[in-house]
Amino acid sequence: MLELLAQTGLNAVYAASYISLIAVGLVLIFGVMGVINFAHGELYMAGAYTVVLMYTDFQVPFFLAVAMGLIFVGCLGLAMERALFRPLRDNPLGGLVASIGFLMILQAVAAMGFGVRMEHIAPVTQAVIEFSDRVRLPVARLYVIIAAVVLLTALWLFLKKTRFGWALRAAAQDPEAAALQGISIKQTARIAMFIGAGLAGIAGALTAPLVSVNPHMGHSVIITAFIVIIVGGVGSLEGAVVASVAYAIIHTFVTTFYDGVIADIVGLSLMLLVLIVKPTGLFGSADRA
Amino acid sequence: MRSVIFIVLGACALLALPHGLSFSQQEILVFLTINILLVSSYRLLTLTGEWSLAHVVIMGVGAYASALYSKELGVWVPVSILLGGATAALMAVLLSFPLFRMKGFYFLIGSFAAGEIIRLLWKRFRDPFGGPKGIKGIEPMPDFSIGIYDFDFFEPVSYYYLSGVVVAVCLWLLWRIERSPVGLTFHAVHWQDKLAEASGVNLRAYRTLAFAIASGFAGIGGGLMAHYVGTINPNSFDVDLMVYVLTWAIVGGTGTFYGPILGCVVLTVLNEIVLRELGFEQMRPLIYGLIMILSILFLPKGLESIVQHLATRRSEKGVKDRRAAE
Repeated sequence: MLELLAQTGLNAVYAASYISLIAVGLVLIFGVMGVINFAHGELYMAGAYTVVLMYTDFQVPFFLAVAMGLIFVGCLGLAMERALFRPLRDNPLGGLVASIGFLMILQAVAAMGFGVRMEHIAPVTQAVIEFSDRVRLPVARLYVIIAAVVLLTALWLFLKKTRFGWALRAAAQDPEAAALQGISIKQTARIAMFIGAGLAGIAGALTAPLVSVNPHMGHSVIITAFIVIIVGGVGSLEGAVVASVAYAIIHTFVTTFYDGVIADIVGLSLMLLVLIVKPTGLFGSADRA
Repeated sequence: MRSVIFIVLGACALLALPHGLSFSQQEILVFLTINILLVSSYRLLTLTGEWSLAHVVIMGVGAYASALYSKELGVWVPVSILLGGATAALMAVLLSFPLFRMKGFYFLIGSFAAGEIIRLLWKRFRDPFGGPKGIKGIEPMPDFSIGIYDFDFFEPVSYYYLSGVVVAVCLWLLWRIERSPVGLTFHAVHWQDKLAEASGVNLRAYRTLAFAIASGFAGIGGGLMAHYVGTINPNSFDVDLMVYVLTWAIVGGTGTFYGPILGCVVLTVLNEIVLRELGFEQMRPLIYGLIMILSILFLPKGLESIVQHLATRRSEKGVKDRRAAE
């Protein structure tokens, strides 16, 4: 029993890692751009397909392929900022529709380029860390955990310690006042979109060998990310991380002891409960609704 | 007098419409008719300023309820469709208690969560919802004859006529509701909520009323669909269809009664007929997405703004002509 608990705990840590990478990106984009990026799950999918293309088809080393995923998806984010969100700055509902349109385009491109079948990716490493007979952590999952910890720490340092980070937070808090202080709103928007999209891309790239890669894989991911950012408080990065961990623990344990559908229902009910009791989320402030 | 002629001509055109189409296009026409009801009922909810992501699931509540009433309880199909609508309205009233504690963006996400929970419950509970496979072998609409025309409801043309009449009646009711004092209050709830509240309007009650009415009509649409298709499952009402409803409404524009209908008809015809005929089968979602983006970038007020523009130009021209004649 203790071993089962330990194993489920390890699974939860892994789930929390990639969920938080995706959710933090989504929150960052929402905070700075003021738009809910429905295509975020498809950015994750694009990251996974970059690895399929580079690592499986072109035999590029895995970590180089992952870095390419980060950069490629970050550039997709830049393109979205320029083509969609900047012209629709004063039209949040329009930004939503445009991101849905972009989502359909990405899905169609993936389906045309790779087919709708599930992609098989050769495992990067077969190594497994064995804590005991029944408590095991595949090294491929460890990579995801390490990447999440390193990247999120780096992002935190960037936001709190550098001038760019201050500018970004200022622009998220009050765009007009920030612009009056000489902060370029366009510049901060570009940085936020690149980082936000890139985080989704690297999450997709790193988990590509561990999940089934297909054009619709973003669907369940975006729902999870929505739950997490609502529970954590829209606009709060710390909240997103804490909520990712809480959600991953609850979801993994309910899946192990009941089943996946019940776990989804519990997760959604949790989000509904938070919305009813404290709509601004556990860590949210009242501004920017 | 002129408007009567227009209505008669329009009705004749709609009656003749399916006979020039292929079988698969006739089937699309049936779904288009039902979707018009879906998107028009959605607009009634948006009048109060709330954008729900649960509307398609609510339609599913109507479909499941109607299918179960006719299958398990042996209710006559036309009655069970109406009961399905009533069940959907009741579900909306129940959902309103948690959901209307929120507004705007939070309502959008909250309604999504509520809808998804309902959908997962269908998936999880085999009895009575049939689990992931859903309900099969739903009672079809009983055939009947009106002398000049025999209705055989396995034929899409017959079902198109039936659903056309039902949807037309529903649209007329929706139109009457919007023009009534109640409908005007819906507008006030959205645009001048503080003033409305100060004048003694119970905002919460009117929001709930709009939600219940919109859901009731969506439920009727769901019932119409269930008894035509014969099988329904949780994936028939997933977020993909909801996204389509949302885009029909936004691309068409929600400022007028005809805006969402226009969006639904134009986008469906474009997606299902034009792109298919041109042979872009695989690229359809890509082109559809592109059209969505372009229309939101260049027509932010929706397709209805083109119609309004043309209408004002025509009336201006009419005024000028009359002045010239004088």
